[in-house]
Amino acid sequence: MGRVSFILPLAGFALLAGIFFLYLNMIRTGERTINEIPSALINKPIPIFTLPPLPGQPDGGLASIDFAGKVAVVNVFASWCIPCRAEHPVIERLARMNVATVYGLNWKDNPSAALKWLAELGNPYAAIGSDASGRAGIEWGVYGVPETYVVGPDAVIRYRHVGPMTPDALDNKILPMIRNLKVDG
Amino acid sequence: MIAEAGHFALVLALCVAFAQGTLPLVGAHLRVTSWIAFSRPAAIAQFLLISLAFGALMHAYVTSDFSLLNVAENSHTAKPMLYKISGVWANHEGSMVLWVLTLSTFGAAVATFGTNLPPTLRARALAVQALISVGFIAFILFTSNPFVRLVPAPINGSGLNPLLQDPGLAFHPPFLYLGYVGLSMAFSFAMAALIEGRVDATWARWVRPWTLAAWIFLTAGITLGSWWAYYELGWGGWWYWDPVENASFMPWLVATALLHSSIVVEKRDTLKGWTIFLAIVAFAFSLLGTFLVRSGILTSVHTFASDPDRGVFILALLIIYIGGAFLLFAIRGPSLRGGGLFQPISREGGLVINNLMLTVAAAAILLGTLYPLILDFAGGGKISVGPPFFNAVFIPLMLPLIAVMAMGPLLPWKRGYMTGVTKRLQTAAAIAGAVLFSTWLLHDRGSALAGLGFALAAWLFGGTLTEVAERIYLFRAPVRESLRRLGGMPRSAWGMTLAHAGLAIVVAGITASSAWKVESVQSMRPGDTVTVAGYDFTFDGARRIPGPNYQAERGTFTVHRDGTFVVVIEPELRNFPVEQRQTTEAGIHSTFFGDIYAVIGMADPTGAFITRLYFNPLVAWMWGGVMIMVAGGLVSLTDRRHRVGAPSRNSGRVNAAASAKA
Repeated sequence: MGRVSFILPLAGFALLAGIFFLYLNMIRTGERTINEIPSALINKPIPIFTLPPLPGQPDGGLASIDFAGKVAVVNVFASWCIPCRAEHPVIERLARMNVATVYGLNWKDNPSAALKWLAELGNPYAAIGSDASGRAGIEWGVYGVPETYVVGPDAVIRYRHVGPMTPDALDNKILPMIRNLKVDG
Repeated sequence: MIAEAGHFALVLALCVAFAQGTLPLVGAHLRVTSWIAFSRPAAIAQFLLISLAFGALMHAYVTSDFSLLNVAENSHTAKPMLYKISGVWANHEGSMVLWVLTLSTFGAAVATFGTNLPPTLRARALAVQALISVGFIAFILFTSNPFVRLVPAPINGSGLNPLLQDPGLAFHPPFLYLGYVGLSMAFSFAMAALIEGRVDATWARWVRPWTLAAWIFLTAGITLGSWWAYYELGWGGWWYWDPVENASFMPWLVATALLHSSIVVEKRDTLKGWTIFLAIVAFAFSLLGTFLVRSGILTSVHTFASDPDRGVFILALLIIYIGGAFLLFAIRGPSLRGGGLFQPISREGGLVINNLMLTVAAAAILLGTLYPLILDFAGGGKISVGPPFFNAVFIPLMLPLIAVMAMGPLLPWKRGYMTGVTKRLQTAAAIAGAVLFSTWLLHDRGSALAGLGFALAAWLFGGTLTEVAERIYLFRAPVRESLRRLGGMPRSAWGMTLAHAGLAIVVAGITASSAWKVESVQSMRPGDTVTVAGYDFTFDGARRIPGPNYQAERGTFTVHRDGTFVVVIEPELRNFPVEQRQTTEAGIHSTFFGDIYAVIGMADPTGAFITRLYFNPLVAWMWGGVMIMVAGGLVSLTDRRHRVGAPSRNSGRVNAAASAKA
């Protein structure tokens, strides 16, 4: 072995440590967010969870059992999230079509702020689970809001849309997926 | 008061560690005997002081002293005593205290039991160990102090994450830390050897027991975590390639490689630079895991409340220790010249393949774990690398490793011939072939990989037994003579046999449970029956059961097979009011052939429950196989050569080379 092969580990380590340092700095300055959770949940059953409703809502919250035997769409939203506002009309359009049950997962939010937000923009959800701690979101593999999941009648997650729902994504991805699940189910 | 005493003890420990990290190092250089001798009492004093601090924290948890912020955040009076105790290390600050306690325990153990070590080597190793302590005690005191008071003290605490309130997980961290931190001992010895500029057979023999001990703890710790995931997360799986799981698996792979390469150093006086490199890398992976988990740079379900500022501190420690070690390696490494030459086909050759496969596997897992981070760093957006990547990379690396593993122990040192080995492995090969074809015939559902996995398990098991048969001249000498040789087998040989045979059983378990798992998710009402893998699960209903600090919904399933009663299993869904969380406790009935496994969810207003029913084949083989591997490690640890002083390369008992040549 030459002298070089003894220096390689040091060089490799220096490179890695440099990346770590710069990345940590990006996180500290807010240039990057760290809520990345790998989602290996596609084609896996939904997590077992139970969430309380937002205060005063009659829907009784959201739990795993609400997914049995129907095609459902779960929209993860929060009142503090600007893109959620942008996608809201699209989610309302989906709810009006009555092709799937649309559930809301209110993620890391202040319940009263969420209620105000819904009063202002309208409530398209058949039921809303209030996930103030974000724990259920972790179980779902959520790493940011908004996110939207399509769940089959067998309570298996079939599709995940990251970021705001666009009319295009709704027509070309979500709706065909729902139609397929209805045919199969 | 007791908490302040604990805090003070930790500050004193920092001072002692600093002295222990500097004086003996200088003393060993200048040959000042008293400074060299200082390392032993210092190591013991450091251990006692940290024990005091740990004890003070434990006292606060046991007495529910909520005037400590750390206790208030992580404990509650209604918690069972076991989880009050395990609560000490179930949070970031407390677990760091356990971390340094483990570090100083290993130091004190070397100071106490390492009587056969040359004083300068021991002093230098203890000094390096103390320098690691300095960094991590400072980390605790400056960024993660568990002794911070909370004024006014709350009436009760906010409880412990219910997922962690589990006997399996209560003991998972201590084992894992004993493993992670135990690797620091091999690291410290490697540093001491680099400073002295000498690595020889005796050095390898001294390092081996410490590496072996760390390996045993790491194996047990990883398995406890995996077992916990299996019954507590309720997914029917036992390994998820989660970043935190990977963080514990990478050091295990490298430690396994190190165990094998140190044998080559000991017996054949070669692969020295490589072995030192592995000792550094094994500990580097331990520290990297600590860094990844606690900096929040990668998040997973396991992550502690993370904080980038702490991340910077740990990164600084990582750079000082690992960067420093690699620097020393770059300077001193080239002077480590190996003595023994060997042919590619030889025991050494086999061990080199072992080392290559294991380190490449660790590197591949590192790549998969860090890839999302590096891509995000480079502005490539967020992606996730899931099980498909890891399975696609890891399995192809492990298949040849296991194939070679059966042959390695049958090869003589220096130079061997394939013909001799293949001839002796004919029986094992025949059994493996039979297993392969019967698997393919019996299971059209299984993939080709499943047949291969089983065949390799049989091959490894057969090869391992063949090696024992060879060693004791089975069928070639009178039975009495064979038995005498069996009794005379060195414990290290028994250790290898057990570890390799155990792994064969693990491989069979992994193969079956991955390839033939049957799962079914549905909504059930009392009286419903669902058939999974030939077992009829009848749901008898669910009832409320009060637990110590939770309310459980306990479902009852009666399982029949072909009309015959098999078992009643009772999965639970537990509601923890204090923590406002739920956990699932799978109902599991383990048999030799597989686990009958059920999970229950919440009821809907109409009284139907979501249930998940599984049949997980041969899972018990995995746990059993790991236990055999751990037993192998323990047996090898008691080998005579670790206890006798001043060993020389030729005085060992009948070693493998001699018996293979005979």
